[in-house]
Amino acid sequence: MPGPDGRPTLAVWKFASCDGCQLSLLDCEDELLTLAGTVQIASFTEMSRATVAGPYDVSLVEGSITTPDDARRIQDVRAASTFLVTIGACATAGGIQGLRNFASVEDYTATVYARPEYISTLETSTPISAHVAVDYELHGCPVDRGQLLEVVLAHLAGRRPVIAGHSVCQECKARATVCVLVAKGTPCLGPVTRAGCGALCPSVDRGCFGCFGPADTANTASLAGRMSAGGLAPVDVSRLFRTFNAGAPAFRQESLAHDPRPSQR
Amino acid sequence: MTHGHRSGNRTVEVPGLARVEGEGALRVEIRDGAVTEVTLDIFEPPRFFEALLEGRRFDEAPDITARICGICPVAYQMSACRAMEDACAVTVSAPVAALRRLLYCGEWIQSHALHVYLLHAPDFLGCQDAVELAGIDRAAVERGLELKRTGNQLMQAVGGRAVHPVNVRVGGFYRAPDTAALRALAEPLRRARDAALRTVEWVAGFEFPDVEGDYRFVALTHPDHYPVDDGQVALPGGDAVSAAQFADIAVEEHVERSTALHARLEGRHPYLTGPLARYAHNSARLPELARQAAAAAGLGEVCRNPFQSIVVRAVELVFACDEALRLVEAYERFDPAADVVDAREGVGTGATEAPRGLLVHRYGIGADGVIRSARIMPPTSQNQLTIEEDLRRVVETGLDLSDEDLTWRCEQAVRNHDPCISCAAHFLDLTVVRS
Repeated sequence: MPGPDGRPTLAVWKFASCDGCQLSLLDCEDELLTLAGTVQIASFTEMSRATVAGPYDVSLVEGSITTPDDARRIQDVRAASTFLVTIGACATAGGIQGLRNFASVEDYTATVYARPEYISTLETSTPISAHVAVDYELHGCPVDRGQLLEVVLAHLAGRRPVIAGHSVCQECKARATVCVLVAKGTPCLGPVTRAGCGALCPSVDRGCFGCFGPADTANTASLAGRMSAGGLAPVDVSRLFRTFNAGAPAFRQESLAHDPRPSQR
Repeated sequence: MTHGHRSGNRTVEVPGLARVEGEGALRVEIRDGAVTEVTLDIFEPPRFFEALLEGRRFDEAPDITARICGICPVAYQMSACRAMEDACAVTVSAPVAALRRLLYCGEWIQSHALHVYLLHAPDFLGCQDAVELAGIDRAAVERGLELKRTGNQLMQAVGGRAVHPVNVRVGGFYRAPDTAALRALAEPLRRARDAALRTVEWVAGFEFPDVEGDYRFVALTHPDHYPVDDGQVALPGGDAVSAAQFADIAVEEHVERSTALHARLEGRHPYLTGPLARYAHNSARLPELARQAAAAAGLGEVCRNPFQSIVVRAVELVFACDEALRLVEAYERFDPAADVVDAREGVGTGATEAPRGLLVHRYGIGADGVIRSARIMPPTSQNQLTIEEDLRRVVETGLDLSDEDLTWRCEQAVRNHDPCISCAAHFLDLTVVRS
């Protein structure tokens, strides 16, 4: 709902996360003051003490749900938001803290905290979509700030954002980067990972490690077969798929298929 | 409230502290005009990094731990690399060390510009945020954004991207940037250095509450230069110990209502890391330009007024821009971009200076390169007890303020230390109770 002065309202919310995706908004140094004139930044605690009561036209949600309180709070955020966008690997896939989903959270708590009884946490780290309806998911660990602006501006203009669902491979071709998988045998998730970063890793002679999660049509089994044939041990294939987007179904299944230890769930 | 603040009993609460990274709460209770309780609660959901690292490969730690904090990922990557290299008895070559220092300068510039201009300065000028500040002084905010952009450009040029760089690995880098790409940053860095000097003049003119802390400063120290990612750990008395020895004497405890652990020296003494501590131990080793700027701003060799941390941060901006300029001008591309690090069984410790303070990592790894144990001491959990002591002082000297003003002053006192609550693995709410 537009704010008191008629501008659309924007809110930014944080759940379990590193703050890097909301920082991407502050990293829009050239556009930040213009954006703050176009929309009313109504609630964004990392940036301002001032808050305007909802409802909000656009809510950007960072982070995953890992505590009983947050599971309730996301319901309030949804109720106060017209267009809810999840930003980043934590909000869209559960994040790196989603590795607990492959282990026992009791063991995790006991490893880190001397007094586990002080800690209130859920068994799992889950994406926002597991709790409420989500209107748009923007991927990345972190999200790309250009894509973040595109999603907000497209919504304000009443159009669909122009964001590709193809893989990192096409970005490598576009920037004429030699394929690290073919030329050097470097394990690379580029063929199955969503584009958006600009194929950064292969451009520094490194294999893609999947920050943007699975592309729309990801043949993970084929890629894993190729890497196994190249000599990569099952545990390392499993680890490769099991990082920031370990909770995304395609990556989760492939990581489980190569996990030498039977999964606990 | 317009009267009777001092004699009354009251509670001031901030349920959701703004302009910090992460989430926390603050509660101050005043009875019969005396401060009875000050607590800084950190409710950031626990993410269990130390646990999820167990069973991962040693060379995955830089990318995984970067995700602890989107504001200072390089600090996490660097402390992780140093710890792994320590475990494997590898000292990286001079070109790798120089390129790491350059990348880290980028993070200092980006993070300090963010904190000085967008998070902290609005407090001194009575603004809710930088957007309101831009309404009264747009040129200042644009100067801050320009500085921030330069820091980010540097991180992109060396690390591939500003948040969670991709080019860092144990032993060095995946690919050393082209010489011309880094030399092209010299001009933006010269402009940034001028902007940093203007920043020092700007913040030195702010009004500072007359408060001093009896801090126990802990920071890296190095005989040859201002510390960023190397050196020993200087203790409050002036003695310096290795990172490994420091990790042994800094004891963390787990308290109720907080998902951050609280650190004490030898299990007893709260201490402070961050710009005030770095400056106290190392001001004599700042480059000339930064030293002159500090002197002109009225800073002595040690600064104990936490509100003036913004001046010290601005001086460190001058340092970081100057140092980055020196490094890009001397840079020549090198290959290979990393030294070989073969895993071997052992324990390694790495300590570097995140923009907001000392960050220590310690890992135990097996001969197979798999992480057996992990311990991460972020700056905010080390500073938390000292921040509470600061709050107590601020409240005691601010009893005449209205609840609204006292609350703001308390928030500001927390922001003085640029706490990264996500870093502390961990949300801020301010409660002031006057009952």
